[in-house]
Amino acid sequence: MNKKTKNIIILPYTIWMICFIIVPLLFMIYFGFTNKLNQFTIENILSIFNQDNLKSLILSLELSLISTIICLIISYPLALILKNMNVGKSSFLVFLFILPMWMNSLLRIVAWLTLLEKKGIINSFLLLLGLPRLDIINTPIAIVLGMVYDFLPFMILPIYNSLTKIDDNTINAAYDLGANFFNVLIKIIIPLSMPGIISGITMVFIPSLTTVAIPNILGGGQILLIGNVIEQEFIQSSNWHRGAGLSIVLVIFILIITSFVDRHSEKDDKILM
Amino acid sequence: MIKKIIKNSYLTLMVLFLYVPMFTLIILSFNKSRSRATWGGFSLNWYKEMLNDKAIMNALWNTILIALISSVIAVVIGTLASLAISKMKRRRKSFYLGITNIPMLNADIVTGISLLLSFIAFGISLGFKTILLAHITFNLPYVILSILPKLAKDEQSLQDAALDLGASEVEAFFKVTLPDIMPGVLSGFLLAFTMSLDDFIITYFTKGAGINTLSTLIYSQTKRGVKPSIYALSTIIFLLVFIILVLLNFFQNKKKEKVLK
Amino acid sequence: MENLLISLENISKSFDGDLVLDELKLDIKENSFVTLLGPSGCGKTTTLRIIGGFITADKGRVIFDGNDITTLSPNKRQLNTVFQKYALFPHMNVFENIAFGLRIKKKNEQYIRDKISYALKLVNLDGFEKRDVTSLSGGQQQRIAIARAIVNEPRLLLLDEPLGALDLKLRQEMQYELIRLKKELGITFIYVTHDQEEALTMSDTIVVMNQGYIQQMGSPEQIYNEPENAFVATFIGDSNIVPGKMIEDYCVEIFGSKFKCIDKGFGKNKPVDVVIRPEDVDIIDINSEKTLLKGVMTGAIFKGEMYEMECKTYDGFEWLIHSTDYVEKGKEVGIFVEPENIQIMNKPSSEDERALEIDV
Repeated sequence: MNKKTKNIIILPYTIWMICFIIVPLLFMIYFGFTNKLNQFTIENILSIFNQDNLKSLILSLELSLISTIICLIISYPLALILKNMNVGKSSFLVFLFILPMWMNSLLRIVAWLTLLEKKGIINSFLLLLGLPRLDIINTPIAIVLGMVYDFLPFMILPIYNSLTKIDDNTINAAYDLGANFFNVLIKIIIPLSMPGIISGITMVFIPSLTTVAIPNILGGGQILLIGNVIEQEFIQSSNWHRGAGLSIVLVIFILIITSFVDRHSEKDDKILM
Repeated sequence: MIKKIIKNSYLTLMVLFLYVPMFTLIILSFNKSRSRATWGGFSLNWYKEMLNDKAIMNALWNTILIALISSVIAVVIGTLASLAISKMKRRRKSFYLGITNIPMLNADIVTGISLLLSFIAFGISLGFKTILLAHITFNLPYVILSILPKLAKDEQSLQDAALDLGASEVEAFFKVTLPDIMPGVLSGFLLAFTMSLDDFIITYFTKGAGINTLSTLIYSQTKRGVKPSIYALSTIIFLLVFIILVLLNFFQNKKKEKVLK
Repeated sequence: MENLLISLENISKSFDGDLVLDELKLDIKENSFVTLLGPSGCGKTTTLRIIGGFITADKGRVIFDGNDITTLSPNKRQLNTVFQKYALFPHMNVFENIAFGLRIKKKNEQYIRDKISYALKLVNLDGFEKRDVTSLSGGQQQRIAIARAIVNEPRLLLLDEPLGALDLKLRQEMQYELIRLKKELGITFIYVTHDQEEALTMSDTIVVMNQGYIQQMGSPEQIYNEPENAFVATFIGDSNIVPGKMIEDYCVEIFGSKFKCIDKGFGKNKPVDVVIRPEDVDIIDINSEKTLLKGVMTGAIFKGEMYEMECKTYDGFEWLIHSTDYVEKGKEVGIFVEPENIQIMNKPSSEDERALEIDV
């Protein structure tokens, strides 16, 4: 392929990415640093320190951190069991754990709404059994549950991938040298699966941090996370400058997290399948 | 033995955790009773209601149309781009890979907002076409990252061999390169299609008033109480995604078998 | 005189219904260098992994120094393994890799340092402590894997095709290294390979295996010079296997000619197989009185240290001949074999053994 052909066939992509990725991000920065009169300001950025906004950001960080930890605790043993079963990546069992990742995430949250509602399925069952009601809908617990449910497969998959990359003989060698299971886990398996763990952490933490739908549906619109605050600035207050400013703050958080991750994880784990 | 029981019960528990909520929706879609707590007998009423619900059918039509068009366009642009990227020198290549990674690493809400802002700034009215533009944008990286690995080293020699045997560049592409990377192109297409079906937040910001996809329709319904016809819809989506994923798995395994042979 | 270190008693193992080891019996003496040799799938690696404890036999017992260790987990066995692709821990440097077993045993830091520097000297990698294992060459990684095993002072070292991934030159170098190490350490080595040359060079005992059975066990000389069956004869070096008839003791008839030999006790007029190594076939003048079979040369290839030639005798058999003297194609020649170079084997008596022959 000569240079000319190469330049021609990359052209549509180049134009597309400039128009729809680069330029929009520049617009966001422009809006974020200006007010309605198009004057430069950092007020929009600083609005993150408004009491309500700050509260939402901190709550978002807390809830996404808790969800990420729960996902990690659930996923690691699961991925380890799947690896030890030696069924191969294309097996039905592994497929079963990855499949929910591709189901419409809104529907999956609606499913939990149906289960958790005051007159929902779980409570109807509890009533039938004469047990007290489970009253977690519209609480942070329901939101965490929704996050864990929605993003769990994104933790399982990269950890499972990194575990299957560990040569069985590397593990055997550790046993051979006298290590017991606990030693092998701490000294060999966990360090060697670190890229997968870190990949999984970002793939759960970032969507949890920025979710709009989960708090709205399972939190009943009363608990605002940072994503909801930004949504409201755009949809309800139509204060795009402030919305853009808060988005920039969010991007900064994401950049901090991903720059930490980029140093530790392998790129190919980010490709989902 | 005890270990095995613990392992198996853990696996079972996790499968139940992941699937019980979804299957609840499926079961409810066949429930004659409107109440979620009682089983009023088997019925296809909600499916009928779904078919007669203009809002749902419009949203379904929009969703499928957008998923289809956006993934086809993304595959065309993405395949061409992958061919060029795979032959680039290091610095230019990492530049393009960097751009490709932006929408994947960035939060969807940021992608959605930045697109919304630029649509408005350029005076493009929000609607079907802005959703489509947005979907093509976030689908492109998935297509490229599915195809690029298939265009690894030996691809060049295949193409050289075709040229050596007298094929023109265009012939070499359609007769040698494209069939060889077809599994990657297909899985890229299916990935893009599913991502498009699944997307909520980017659509939500770029859609404007008066148009809905399934995700945004469901979202607006949750505020007013979910109608059982949505359960019928979710059953259909569940089946649709299941079929796509089985196909995707099939293509990827087929490729593996080919390598083994 | 020497102690029995390890005994395998009637070990059987199958994977997914395929029998890999069938009632295997093997005794290994302390301080020997035993090689398990055979084609892939013969059960040699399975045997090693059963000794190492990574898989458990379906039937039979493993006795180590008088104790039954059949079900003992690998971390509790007084032996160490050098794995096929080294299996070094990629996230640790050379020092931490070698220190792994010692740290598990909670040895003090001074002991660990001394031990590692001794082990690194032993494998000729003095001063490599801080290196990253992934930056080492295959040969160096191999040495580290050996060092990592021997610092634990195992009584038995298992080596699973340790040289398989190295190039020819390095492989030959490492063979001598291993012999030296074995002498210096004074411990027992069990070595698995499919390379007959490696086995002949290094071991004091070779166990030839095929299809889960031991075909022959003996010193390299015995295995090479007196193969007990056609499988061993063809697997170890090239050979001419011809049908013959034992006329009486010390005399065998091949294609109608009587050859003198040194074997006896087969009975009279008994059909046998005769093994003659290609280097033992002498080409002589067709009219010489020593000539036993007559034929015509059909091909010759120069192999460096000798010519590999073929001679078709009038009975139709193609003989493989190795010689430093070139004989041109098409020349009519006579064939002679010294009596001590003729190895007589019983005809395979069962279908099973015949199957082994075809398998090669």
